[in-house]
Formats: sequence, C-alpha cells, structure tokens
Amino acid sequence: MFKGKNVIIVGERDGVPGPSITKCLQAAGANILYTTTECFV
Amino acid sequence: MAPESQAQIKRIAEDFGKDNIIVILGASDIEGAEIAAETLTTGDPSFAGPLAGVSLGLPVYHILEPEVKAGIPEEIYEHEVGLASMILDTEEIGRKFKVIRANKRS
Repeated sequence: MFKGKNVIIVGERDGVPGPSITKCLQAAGANILYTTTECFV
Repeated sequence: MAPESQAQIKRIAEDFGKDNIIVILGASDIEGAEIAAETLTTGDPSFAGPLAGVSLGLPVYHILEPEVKAGIPEEIYEHEVGLASMILDTEEIGRKFKVIRANKRS
C-alpha cells in the first residue's frame, strides 16, 4: 500500500506522534517528505 | 493545524504535485482529525493559516485505520502505535476517514 509512495505525516503529541508514524511508514517502504507533531494544548 | 505545518505542506504539494502525495494523521480525537483532514483537502476551515482557501485535495488517512495497519509490518506497528490502537476506536476512525476520502473525490 505504501511502497514508494510520497507521504506527509502529521502526528499529535497526545495521539500518535510524528516519529512513531514515520517509523511505521519507513518500514512499509514509503518515501517520507515531511513529519510534524502537532500539540493542541 | 499549525500555520508552519500548513506552509510546509503547501510548499511540498507544489514541489511534488498533489497527485503524488498521501497524508497520514495521528490525532487522538476524531474531531481534531477531521479538522486536519479538511484543512488538507478543502482548505483551512479557520481561515487563519496559509491553506485558507487552498484546496489541496490530498488523500488523507489515519494511522489507526485498519487498512493502514494492514500495510505496515505488524511488529513495528504494535511497538509504535499499539497503545493508541487499544485506547481509540479504530473501526470508527476507519469509517470516518473513508467518508472523508469519498467526499474529497466528489
């Protein structure tokens, strides 16, 4: 599903943070273009 | 969504072409995820950030959707996302995001 796909990651501090999603998508073969972790406090 | 993030994503979409990018969200509540998804498809609903009035139309997924989970090696997914997937209603998130993506195409 993600192999070779360009991916933008918008994580959330109180949900799933960007770096955790990045590890998952890298393992799935995606090309990570941008990662951020939003904080709504 | 933070204005800085909106600006970066807008620039990346212009550089790479919005047809070649997908977005993965990690928001803890479905309402916040829906607002982020709206920002990246039809534009910033608060009209405060760089994506105000900008319709990127990017396909948006949530990391907790069952179909996203299915595309990630199980051991890594459980290590990185396992706790959140036990707390939140992943089936509901999957249903909501299917609707969001269907609306984007219409």
